[in-house]
Amino acid sequence: MTSLRDKKARPVVVVTGMGIITSLGAGKADNWAKLSAGNSGIRRISRFANDGLKTTIAGTVDFVPVEPFCSTELGERMAMMVAQEAIGEAGIGRSGDFPGPLFLAVAPVEIEWPHRETLAAASGANDTVGYDDLLRASGSGRFHAIHERCLFGSVAEHLADRFGTKGSPISVSTACASGATAIQLGVEAIRRGEAAAALCVGTDGSVNPEALIRFSLLSALSTSNNPPEGAAKPFSKNRDGFVMAEGAAALVLESYDSAKARGAKILGVLAGCGELADSFHRTRSSPDGKAIIGCIRNAIADAGLTPDDIDYVNPHGTGTPENDKMEYLGISTVLGERAKSVPVSSNKSMIGHTLSAAGAVETVFSLLTLAHQRIPPTINYDVPDPTIQFDVVPNKARDARVTAVMSNSFGFGGQNVSLIFGTAP
Amino acid sequence: MVDAPREVWITGIGIVSCLGEGADAHWQGLAGQTVNIDAARFAPFPVHPLVPLDLDKQIPKKGDQRQMEAWQRIGVYAAGLALADAGVKGNAELLGRMDMIVAAGGGERDIAVDGTILSNRGKAADPGAFLNERLMSDLRPTLFLAQLSNLLAGNISIVHGVIGSSRTFMGEESAGVDAVRIAHARIADGQSELALVGGSHNGEREDLLLLYDAGGHMLRGDFKPVWERTGGMVLGSLGAFLVLEARDHAQARGAKPLARLSAVLSERSGRPPGAVTGALTKMWQSLAPRTTSPGLAIVSGAMGAEPATAEERAFLKSVGDVPVRATGSYLGHGFEPQFAMNIALASLALGREKVFPPATTSGIEQGYEGPLDRIVVTAVGHWRGEGLALVERAT
Repeated sequence: MTSLRDKKARPVVVVTGMGIITSLGAGKADNWAKLSAGNSGIRRISRFANDGLKTTIAGTVDFVPVEPFCSTELGERMAMMVAQEAIGEAGIGRSGDFPGPLFLAVAPVEIEWPHRETLAAASGANDTVGYDDLLRASGSGRFHAIHERCLFGSVAEHLADRFGTKGSPISVSTACASGATAIQLGVEAIRRGEAAAALCVGTDGSVNPEALIRFSLLSALSTSNNPPEGAAKPFSKNRDGFVMAEGAAALVLESYDSAKARGAKILGVLAGCGELADSFHRTRSSPDGKAIIGCIRNAIADAGLTPDDIDYVNPHGTGTPENDKMEYLGISTVLGERAKSVPVSSNKSMIGHTLSAAGAVETVFSLLTLAHQRIPPTINYDVPDPTIQFDVVPNKARDARVTAVMSNSFGFGGQNVSLIFGTAP
Repeated sequence: MVDAPREVWITGIGIVSCLGEGADAHWQGLAGQTVNIDAARFAPFPVHPLVPLDLDKQIPKKGDQRQMEAWQRIGVYAAGLALADAGVKGNAELLGRMDMIVAAGGGERDIAVDGTILSNRGKAADPGAFLNERLMSDLRPTLFLAQLSNLLAGNISIVHGVIGSSRTFMGEESAGVDAVRIAHARIADGQSELALVGGSHNGEREDLLLLYDAGGHMLRGDFKPVWERTGGMVLGSLGAFLVLEARDHAQARGAKPLARLSAVLSERSGRPPGAVTGALTKMWQSLAPRTTSPGLAIVSGAMGAEPATAEERAFLKSVGDVPVRATGSYLGHGFEPQFAMNIALASLALGREKVFPPATTSGIEQGYEGPLDRIVVTAVGHWRGEGLALVERAT
């Protein structure tokens, strides 16, 4: 069999399995039905006290119980579920024996408040409790589980144990672009010929008090708490921040040759990846949009396409004043006049911002958009921002011919990643 | 894996630790068998404290310094040293397309805020409301940016202008191994020409002592070299970055190699008994025939956690008459940057065609005066993950 190569003579990378969880539900079928119906997963936070918080809403995944709550534990459980779904769909390997590496986008791991309080209680300190007290208790041998849970590498290790991925699993963080970076690493490994398949997972279960307060203190979150489902308003004039959310997604990437050889169904093509970091500021894009523009151009060029080939954009579209303005500048600079007519709809209007998982979650939705030839809407689009002249597919899904999709992911720390997807060759 | 399609050179190193700053200070420290230990500050846990850095030399804006916590400042400083060493610092054309992979943990907690909350939350009428109130009013708004793992890379972009790509790997020792592995593989394959790779670690932190002590992995009491311990790590503060470059790219700009990075391997043994020894042996065998003596040494990343170090010792005994040096006896353990640091130290030794003296009389480290043209660097995670690199004298 002759090997299928792209325009740059690299192995063509395809998707043969997908899994997803968001605040809308578990699995592709449920998520796509709700997303294309314009449903919102944003709700009042019931997991912890809301007292004193400016933001009391989030897209929590409450149907995966974790008691006592631990963000990393929730992230791991969701990652297990979506990886199972993706591998099941791909029908690849044998159970517990996935024939390729794991690339995991995961939120930075840390000791959480319940862990700290467990150690404080064990210290026996009464009046004041400091790290000296915690360190008196920590070495007792009773807290190995806290050590393992709070290592940065343990979610990936546990996934690798369960699914039998090959080699050292890589945990990646590029802030809110992490999910896209995990996919990019998988694409590169297949293009290098190191692997015929890769498991790429993004997961985030970050809705805990401290994580929410951190974003709140940076004025990044919407405070439109009533009603919760109306808070995320990407591209609207009255947008006032993003809504934190949880979720996970997994993709089985495979060389076209490998997929064909085993008769797998090809769900889409991962045609290109682009990246360019921004050196302007820790949380803001360079005002000239240079890094975003370069990132988008790099992705389109990597896919061997031109801007005219892109017929749908799944934007980062967080609904912060800054992001949406800069993303419009970036897309409109590259697409030119076509930026006014190419549909650009934000999944985050419905599922919120799934942070480290977002790039993977939105890749799955982009591929479902291609599969269904139906574009999910941007909901809560009632007050258009006249300076952002996108066709945002307002409030209602639309059938359309879609052949090449671009998905953008941008993150704190100057992170920019764009991915390009196409239909099966 | 050996003799990858395109040769990968190390054209710059930037290192800081308790031994000092830069190549010469490290070489002198190793040659002089210098052990810098602070036994008092975090007693009963000894730590290897970072030498004071004149931050202005690599992070000229005070505003940038203030936006970072120590772990980021160490890393940005070391990255600047590496870029300068490679002759790319300030070269916007090269930095604009330079790839970057950083291996990172997370940033410092605000120890005082944590203490206040732990001391008073139990007495609060509504503990949930109390936690919200204290965090909302006591957390410095930008502290989050000093804690986010990928903000070391972000700060390197801002301060030094490395923007071609920016990826942060997490996962303790393995993150450090895989960062170098992927940067190497991308250059070898032609996906990249020039890359900055490494990381940093602030070991002078109660919050990290707490995490690793909970796993039962910290040495308490008197300091000993790693091979003489019966279990236990000593944290070190260190920053280490390498500039990796395709040979053709380096030659075209007249850059000289410090060493050749011939192979980078990683494994996930899963750690049933004997698995670490097995994984190291398998990787070692795949480097054949480059593992013959004389001319070969091993720079070990052993750190004293058990059973990791005992299994590495069993591997080292099995490879026969090869000089071994565990740099952790001098530097302490820094997790993410340890592998890049040891590759940097290996390239120093190769440049001098000389192995530094043993740190211990335990028998595993023997004096060596013979020729030197190859060094194998080992990395065994204190909990999971194994790696090897082959560094060779560039000719």
